[in-house]
Amino acid sequence: MRASMRVEPSPAMPELRRVIGDGEGHPDGEVTGLDDAGLLALHRSMVLLRTYDERSLTYHRQGRIGTYAIFWGTEAIQAGSVHALDEVDWVFPSYRESAIGLLRGMAPATILAWWRGHPAGWWDPRERRVASICVPIATHVPHAAGLAWGLRLRGERGCAVCYFGDGATSEGAFHEGANFAAVMDAPLVLLCNNNQWAISTPLAAQTRAAALADKAAGYGMPGVRVDGGDVLAVYDATRQAVERARAGEGPTLIEAVTYRMAPHATADDPSLYIDEARVEEERRSECVARYEGYLRRRGLLTDELAEAARADALAAMREGIAAAEALPAPDPALVFDTAYADPPAQLVAERAELLRLLSEDGR
Amino acid sequence: MKTLVEAVNDGLHTEMERDPSVMVMGEDVGILGGVFRATAGLRERFGSDRCVDTPLAEAGILGTAVGLAMAGFRPVCEMQYDAFSYPCLDQLICHVGRYRWRTGGAMEFPITVRMPYGGRVRAPELHDDSPEAYYVHTPGIKVAIPSTPADAKGLLAAAIRDADPVVVLEPKLIYRTARGEVPEGEHVVPLGSARVARQGTDVTVVAYGAMVAVAEAAAERADASVEVLDLRSLKPLDEGALLESVGKTGRAVVVAEAPRVAGFAAEVAAVLAEKAILDLRGPVVRVTGYDVPYPYWTIEDAYLPSPERVLAALDKVMAF
Repeated sequence: MRASMRVEPSPAMPELRRVIGDGEGHPDGEVTGLDDAGLLALHRSMVLLRTYDERSLTYHRQGRIGTYAIFWGTEAIQAGSVHALDEVDWVFPSYRESAIGLLRGMAPATILAWWRGHPAGWWDPRERRVASICVPIATHVPHAAGLAWGLRLRGERGCAVCYFGDGATSEGAFHEGANFAAVMDAPLVLLCNNNQWAISTPLAAQTRAAALADKAAGYGMPGVRVDGGDVLAVYDATRQAVERARAGEGPTLIEAVTYRMAPHATADDPSLYIDEARVEEERRSECVARYEGYLRRRGLLTDELAEAARADALAAMREGIAAAEALPAPDPALVFDTAYADPPAQLVAERAELLRLLSEDGR
Repeated sequence: MKTLVEAVNDGLHTEMERDPSVMVMGEDVGILGGVFRATAGLRERFGSDRCVDTPLAEAGILGTAVGLAMAGFRPVCEMQYDAFSYPCLDQLICHVGRYRWRTGGAMEFPITVRMPYGGRVRAPELHDDSPEAYYVHTPGIKVAIPSTPADAKGLLAAAIRDADPVVVLEPKLIYRTARGEVPEGEHVVPLGSARVARQGTDVTVVAYGAMVAVAEAAAERADASVEVLDLRSLKPLDEGALLESVGKTGRAVVVAEAPRVAGFAAEVAAVLAEKAILDLRGPVVRVTGYDVPYPYWTIEDAYLPSPERVLAALDKVMAF
């Protein structure tokens, strides 16, 4: 690596916020807004996401879902932020947060159907205020900015959180969305999962910025850096950003610093570019175990509760994959039926023609 | 009597008055009233939250419009010029045309994108393009192009009221030269209905936008009896009107100022080949721009379809 590609900390680089200690030299901190029940609910959310992710990898290997974007190790970013929201707030996931709807009560079968390429994986974003999964990089940032701006125009209390990765900050859509959000005082939280890799491209090849949070200054919004493996640090930073948003003070950029502890997706072979020893080291301090350590030190988490959280999540996944696999083959009419509210006549004719051919074939 | 751009302005006022969820957004649309004054007076009448001067970012304009639609608004986005709309194609292709499909039809995205388009205005590079093929080719999108002031108002109203996203291309060449009666108050021209601009019996010239006047000028001078069909709406396309006219005349020339290859004129020719082959007494001939970057203005007249080029095509078709 060229010397110039090494990134030195900038004088302005925000501190990396942590709340959870290590049980030894660094003491545990506290956050406002979560009582004991809230702390345990957050744990159950993390376990649900972790279980979803691990089971999905297995389902992929068994040929039961298609290509899957693994998010192992980022449950703290997703659960920590969602738990800092109210029901009125919107969530804009990238494919890395495909299962974030689970935290809003979405059925695992719905998301598994999405990864199975079945139209039952579609949902109405208004039902749970979870936008559709964004597959292209960063193009949903302007959507979240526009929606948040719209909530402000309507005088509603809600705000929006938009999730994206470090690579997304190189995209024009990130820039345009962040800038619009700032200019329109949109109640938006921009939450960057900086796992330091965009498939095989390391952060140092992505930007010369010392910290992604530094980019916030260019938009006139605060930039915050948190340890992305520390669920309480993510929760606290999101809570504060949401408070600002609701107070009409506009958007905040949160950089949650983590490390990609799994392949980019099931089709990826990171052995070609990543340092496996570093991955192993990162996995040893993964976020679910860190949070469980915190809860145990506080005397909140027992073996029984931990086991129950896992058992419930596993049961939900068993039920979910069974339901997804039991879905009937989708009606080919669906190729046509949702593209337009009022379809052009040519499309209506093509639909009839295809359905006639399919029925003649007895398919 | 109104000019075409005054009719657009009238249409925006009327639709914003009628429906408080309609908002206009774009570069310089507010205080300035748009570089062509299409949005003049909207900010004074409806306020800066409903006629919004945005940052200079076309993808951001259309991308935030997606979010505004999710929040229940009906955004009308102005792209300042045809070729400046290209950055918004990312949002248009990846999201605007797909989001309804992606929600299983649960959510509507009633977004209107309007822009001045086309050449012969003696402007710098990239102020002259005819990008309709990109838009027509995008699933989930509808496309309308008026050629008269009344249609400019009526098609825009139809676009704003439509539950699907609609791109309206306004022929800037005739923004101030096309004048005509425009109905007062609410006026809607349904998408997908073509207009017979001139009756004839020997050959149909199919055109849209500023090319309708070129077709009419050629028709005046032609020996044959020429029917001019103004498509008004490219998607949905009024196939019935097209097949009826060509069924009557048996001959067709298609005029469009965009480059030829895979342009909309080719689509019209393909529809006629598929559905009117037994009515045709000669080849369907296209008169279009060329497959080159739009030329500088001292030679742009050589690039654009002219009445002379249309007449040459008519001669070819009639002599077949």
